Amino acid sequence: MKHQDVGETSPKRSVRQTTSSLLASSIPYVGMVAVLGVLVLIFGLMSRNFLSLTTLASLANQIPDLTVISVGMTLVLIVAGIDLSVGSVLALSSAVVGALMVDGGWPLWAAVPACLLAGAGCGCFNGVVSVYARIPSFIVTLGMLEIARGGAYLITDSRTKYIGSSVEWIGTPMPGLFVSPAFLLAVAIVVCGQLLLTRTVFGRYLVAIGTNAEAVRMAGIRSEPYAISVFAISGLLAGLGGVIQTSRLSSADPNAAVGLELAAIAACVIGGTSLAGGRGSIISTFFGVLMITVLQTGLAQVGASDPTKRIITGSVIVVAVLLDALRRNWGKAHD
Amino acid sequence: MTRSLLETRGVIKDYAVRVLHGVDLDVRAGEIHALLGANGAGKSTLCRIIAGLTRSSGGTMTLGGETYSPRDKQQAESCGIQIVQQELNLLSTLSVAENLFFNRLPRRLGVIDRGALRRRARVALDRIGLNEIDADTATGTLGVGQQQLVEIASALDRDCRVLILDEPTAALTGDESRRLFRWLDELRSQGVGMIYISHRLEEVTRLADRLTVLRDGRTAATVAAHEVSPDGMVQLMTGETSDESSHAGQWRSHAGSHSLLRVVGLSRLPMVDNVSLEVRAGERLGIAGLVGSGRTELLRAIFGADRAEAGELYLGEDPTPRRFDHPSAAVAHGMAMVTEDRKQNGLLLSLSLLINTTLCSLDRFSSKLGYLHRRAEASETARLLESLETRCTSIEQAVGTLSGGNQQKVAVAKWLLRDADVFLFDEPTRGIDVAARRRLYRLFDSLARHGKGLVIVSSDLDELLETCDRITVMSAGRVTGTFDRSSWSRDAIMRASFAGYRRSGEEVA
Repeated sequence: MKHQDVGETSPKRSVRQTTSSLLASSIPYVGMVAVLGVLVLIFGLMSRNFLSLTTLASLANQIPDLTVISVGMTLVLIVAGIDLSVGSVLALSSAVVGALMVDGGWPLWAAVPACLLAGAGCGCFNGVVSVYARIPSFIVTLGMLEIARGGAYLITDSRTKYIGSSVEWIGTPMPGLFVSPAFLLAVAIVVCGQLLLTRTVFGRYLVAIGTNAEAVRMAGIRSEPYAISVFAISGLLAGLGGVIQTSRLSSADPNAAVGLELAAIAACVIGGTSLAGGRGSIISTFFGVLMITVLQTGLAQVGASDPTKRIITGSVIVVAVLLDALRRNWGKAHD
Repeated sequence: MTRSLLETRGVIKDYAVRVLHGVDLDVRAGEIHALLGANGAGKSTLCRIIAGLTRSSGGTMTLGGETYSPRDKQQAESCGIQIVQQELNLLSTLSVAENLFFNRLPRRLGVIDRGALRRRARVALDRIGLNEIDADTATGTLGVGQQQLVEIASALDRDCRVLILDEPTAALTGDESRRLFRWLDELRSQGVGMIYISHRLEEVTRLADRLTVLRDGRTAATVAAHEVSPDGMVQLMTGETSDESSHAGQWRSHAGSHSLLRVVGLSRLPMVDNVSLEVRAGERLGIAGLVGSGRTELLRAIFGADRAEAGELYLGEDPTPRRFDHPSAAVAHGMAMVTEDRKQNGLLLSLSLLINTTLCSLDRFSSKLGYLHRRAEASETARLLESLETRCTSIEQAVGTLSGGNQQKVAVAKWLLRDADVFLFDEPTRGIDVAARRRLYRLFDSLARHGKGLVIVSSDLDELLETCDRITVMSAGRVTGTFDRSSWSRDAIMRASFAGYRRSGEEVA
């Protein structure tokens, strides 16, 4: 029977496909690399200073905090949730570091775990409330956005706490190397995040839950612990973002990272993550972060005014998502 | 009175297969015409064609002597044909009045005329005796029965020559039903022709003037209602008494003696009412019954997908009474359930065959820390899907791109890989082609041979007669009969399928 139909073959052949080469698995990123290349080229032509080590250093300096937050955001979006609180949680975590080191005299190695714990705690709260009380995470994390920001002001007495050189090294390029420890850490988190998502049971469940939570339940899997963990991870990474930002500013600023959640969501969406859940890639999100950062840095260098910068950045986000949607529909039509 | 108002001649409908093979029906003005038939006999399809919800593939219809062939529901309505379907089509956040006049709200300069709306709603509600309902209430706050009546009132407020009612009393209390009947009597005296579908045969006796019985997509008989008893109706639906033809193609029984699953007094009202059954090793237990008799709900309550309110499960020789509060508990105790609705809760349609197949067996394909062995996953998936003769281009393909039969194989493969002692199948062959269906029957056989217990819910009685060792019949949430091969007949099973409705039907009448 099977032989009659030439278009369909037994699934055996596909076994080879799953163990495909690195080259094949990098195909989805080709488009993003190309767009990134075009952006760099345009800015390179428009500004003689753009293609310089200084620009590169500035990029590498700006990227880490947005990157770690976007990794968490990608995971949250994959389970069909959203985390609007990451910017505020970052500020709160940063405030914890500032308060402990400046007022409490704690050393950095003790303050950092406390700060990560604060971030993870906020994330856990988000997860537990939204999952067990069945409140949309949009609402819960919107609440946390205010709570954490308020907490940051409270802890710092609404003043920027200057810490100084004891934290600066994290965001400073290492001697002999071009990049900072923070940058390496961010890259490591991207790699770990991607492995977690594609190579572990945990990641597999996240994608499944985001695709159809009811089907997952009927498969005999309790999805609640996974959904909560994802919010906890997002909070933890926001805490880490707090450490990175503190080091870059040499101080804890309760006003830091206002609106960062939106940049993170934009990075995810540019990378093709679906807000409806079930689809996303950490590597693609990283490209999204690169694109947003290159765009902002480039526009600043060519002397674009702030309104122009905003309009262009916004347009690029819309166009990127539009292209992704077109590509997807095209792919579907030609399956 | 004897002239036809609505007449269908040789109406045919083809989906993947032909479901209507030429149906004749004539409905007179001022009569209630009951439409009867077993599951899948074609009642709903015929009504959908008449109401313009789907188009026929052949045959002719006339309405008041003129050719009638509605393009869509709008056109059918403008010809005076209204349908009240079983599922509610109301917008629960809108008021009763807004729902009643939803696509024809009284307007003045484009603004809704609230006063006129309220007045007209009042008239429409009073007419069917819903005096106690305030037209401004949000529809969602009403009981299901009242919502059903609002829906009927909405159909009736339009110009109505033919009214189709599909199980209108399913959600109504005895009081509400009686109110509906009085009102239908009045419509009859006004010359409206009505097509009435109901499981409750006593209702049919009480209400209908004539009845038409459909069997396998054909008109089996049209008779005057007073000439036939409820038992006679069942007989018309089944065809000949004790039809032996299906026994020829039966699968050999592998039923052993020891019990794998015993269900005692399981209840989740109103759909599952004090159900007890037992599945033995190697046994295929069929669950027959009319659509809506609570069979899916029973499986869900056993599997822990819905919480049972009362009753216990006993597994194997274990005397511990159990009740599962989540499917994960059922799975941990060796149960598996292939759900009816693959799209809703059976499969992850946008994800790959591989992900779907291994979803509940990932512990077998991963290290202690949860790192996946993808190569092993891929080879196991390929082996299993191939053994089920699944047609696909790659195991990385999204399962939603497969045909229904192949999707079902993936849904089944998921549980085969996981393995279980008791497999619950809910309508396993719905919407799948004959080849896939045969493959599943072979699979049932091999599972039984390996000592598994199978519970198979199916609306296709032939399927159950062919594959099962025993058949339990559910009717209105209760078990109304259990038959083994020596004692079953189509007739007896059909009679049991209607039994639950008949008792409550008597209360109503």
